[in-house]
Amino acid sequence: MAKLTIDPITRIEGHLRIDVEIENGKVKDAWSSAQLFRGLEIILKGRDPRDAPHITQRACGVCTEVHALASIRALDDAAGVKIPDLARLTRNLLHGVQFIHDHITHFYVLHALDWVDVVNALQADPKKTAALADSLGNYPNSGVNDFRDVKARLQKFVDSGQLGPFANGYWGHPDYRLPAEANLLAAAHYIEWLRMQTRAARMMAMLGGKNPHVQVHVTGGVSCVQDVMDVERLSEFLWYLQAMRRFIDNVYLPDLLAVASFYKDWGGIGGTTNFLAYGNFPQKSGPYGQEDMWLPGGVIFDRDIAKPQPVDPARITEEVKRAWYADGEPRHPYQGVTEPILPDYDYEGKYSFFKAPRYEGRPMEVGPLAQMLMAYAGGVAPVKASVEAVLKHLDIPVTALFSTLGRTAARAIQTKVITDEMELWVNQIVERLRVGDTETVARWQWPGEAMGMGLIDVPRGALGHWVKQNAQNRIDNYQLVVPSTWNLGPRDAKGQLGPVEESLVGTPVADPKRPVEILRTVHSFDPCIACGVHVIDPHTNEVYKFKVL
Amino acid sequence: MDKLDHVLEHIDSKGINRRDFIKLTTLVTSVLGLAPAMIPKVAQAMTAKERPTVIWLHFAECTGCSEAFIRSSYPWIDELVLEVLNVAYHETIMAPAGHAAEKSLHEAMERYKGKYILVCEGGIPTADGGVWGKVAGRPMIEIAKEAAKGAVAVMAMGTCACYGGVQAAKPNPTKAMGVGEALGIQTINLAGCPPNPVNAVSAVVQFLLLGRTPALDDYGRPKFAYGATIHDKCPRRAHFEEAEFVKRFGDEGAINGWCLFEMGCKGPDTHNNCSLVKFNDGTNWPVGAGHPCLGCSEPQFWDNMAPFYTSKP
Repeated sequence: MAKLTIDPITRIEGHLRIDVEIENGKVKDAWSSAQLFRGLEIILKGRDPRDAPHITQRACGVCTEVHALASIRALDDAAGVKIPDLARLTRNLLHGVQFIHDHITHFYVLHALDWVDVVNALQADPKKTAALADSLGNYPNSGVNDFRDVKARLQKFVDSGQLGPFANGYWGHPDYRLPAEANLLAAAHYIEWLRMQTRAARMMAMLGGKNPHVQVHVTGGVSCVQDVMDVERLSEFLWYLQAMRRFIDNVYLPDLLAVASFYKDWGGIGGTTNFLAYGNFPQKSGPYGQEDMWLPGGVIFDRDIAKPQPVDPARITEEVKRAWYADGEPRHPYQGVTEPILPDYDYEGKYSFFKAPRYEGRPMEVGPLAQMLMAYAGGVAPVKASVEAVLKHLDIPVTALFSTLGRTAARAIQTKVITDEMELWVNQIVERLRVGDTETVARWQWPGEAMGMGLIDVPRGALGHWVKQNAQNRIDNYQLVVPSTWNLGPRDAKGQLGPVEESLVGTPVADPKRPVEILRTVHSFDPCIACGVHVIDPHTNEVYKFKVL
Repeated sequence: MDKLDHVLEHIDSKGINRRDFIKLTTLVTSVLGLAPAMIPKVAQAMTAKERPTVIWLHFAECTGCSEAFIRSSYPWIDELVLEVLNVAYHETIMAPAGHAAEKSLHEAMERYKGKYILVCEGGIPTADGGVWGKVAGRPMIEIAKEAAKGAVAVMAMGTCACYGGVQAAKPNPTKAMGVGEALGIQTINLAGCPPNPVNAVSAVVQFLLLGRTPALDDYGRPKFAYGATIHDKCPRRAHFEEAEFVKRFGDEGAINGWCLFEMGCKGPDTHNNCSLVKFNDGTNWPVGAGHPCLGCSEPQFWDNMAPFYTSKP
């Protein structure tokens, strides 16, 4: 039996190592390991809680905005503040932009090269590519000359002998299945999106100050009162939003369906069992937990989408049996204890800096697939319609969603429904302004000793921040349980595999020297792992004790 | 302008849009504070026959600096990658993984020995021999040492690579530090969390243009971008002089765009050109969004500037 180590896993954020055991051309066992430790939670201790959104946002510069949002919701919750409508809508818009930016960038820049052979695009006939583009959608820059130009650029690039980031790719791998024309189309759209994504970043900057790392969330609301009240600014935002919709409808979705139609068997590869989502986009403001979420949260066990259950945050625990921490019982984030040990990779023992989050003791997949399954089960109309349209187009059953293909499709469906909804929120801001509402920040007072929780679905899955502050209004304890620890965490004491490990078992590997199939499934989770850091002090091995709720 | 015409012909042959390219060179020339006569030279520096090789390494970081760089639109990132630079190693965008990725790294270090620009993103954990951060089974500090040896210049992209960044904030659990300090070398420090891509591109251009490191301040930052404070060039400065301050987020002063000093703004102590260049193609910047400056381009700002919402005495 051959063990294969892939380190570094590239086209992700963070430092990830994947090990698999291959038998008879298929993965028999898998290990997912985080290779970096940063220690943000200990750095937060003793600081002004208002600084937490800035510090936690640096958990990830790709998921910029999402940690700031979860953090500010935890602080709002601790202070017991109900934010004004303008702030809620602004936060929803910023969060929506994050989904657009992350998901489309993931598809073209991080994931596409697992399915698309860029070098093979040099064999394409630009005329046929233009015809193909025409049959899929209505988008400018799709004429014969455009594709001829892209092909010429690629040819010059290859002829230069300096292949840059494309050197040593798995080009020519037998499982690349697209015809040359489709490869050229995808390569052209890869480049197109590299430019378009700067517009998504501008949308976030319009209301958030800059991207990455917004500077706009303050306890009780948002600071960008001038931008929110500027109708010209909002028009600019809407104009960009429409450009995004055009791209999604005419490029992203058609490309997804076109590529997926060549890889339908991936609707039976890479699945997991249980799913968790927290819910997303509050439709009215209220104390945490009483908000009306447009996209519902929930828990699905054993793929039973007929029986989604509400989330009970008290059932969340983290385990360390197979992680580089001293052994201890599974604990709720508020009781988290972290005692790090020096990392020494051991397949039979400890092998990752990630802890293993569990819900009712079970591993859960989080992310767009979990979120869309919950919305589908909950009967959210545009989600139901989009899911059914995709299944029908590809002629695959609903069970095919539990797969690498399903995960990638869910991301596209989610991008579309959120983008469509966002125009409504801009109009709601204009309505508020029309009636003279200019309130962007609610008044609040320091709560003294308090606890707060910010749970929110983000592009990579369920994100939770828990804060406990003391009577002097300083942070006593701050814990993050992030999407990538849910998905990429290690085994637990019972030997249950983490979701990525589970999904890899059974994956075919045609050529272990070029394991493109492993990358397909790992990338379908959109790993982003700098966030999975925990409280640590390697010198004192100090143990932090937290009060039980 | 013969020279410029010649360069532009060359540009056409590379498939880059002329108009965009003139915009780029004009922008870079102005950020660098050069005379307009330098535009052809700037253009030439960016169109060398063999593209300058960049090896970009990720250490203890969040990838925000890469994300910022990818938002570059002068030139567009696809032009940087396909026509201007030879980005031989960059984990976030490169096609190969695992052994094949390692191959790309070692081939580039060998083939371009003494010629490549090493860009480092992230701080370097140094506690316990650096075992708190590894790539391909090797501690980051070892990788940095090896890669820096053959580099013609080392650019520290962002505050983590410059001074250690957020993981180096008290109590700095992994003894993280900037690349220059960890390796005992002088780096070009493009401070900021994240740094503005305009400044990063300008630094590369200036390096190609002059063949040497741009003039640096005491903290290793290029003076062209970090020579003045945010406060010096702040559009809200007049309100500071008139003592018109925001007292509470969302108040009358906030609606009128008054000075954020009393909300904790660190603009007076922060060296950067944010107010002039702004972020994301000049779309906005934190003070523009009604939020105080955090001071993110100063050394150890997470400790020295915090708490962020309290004004310094």
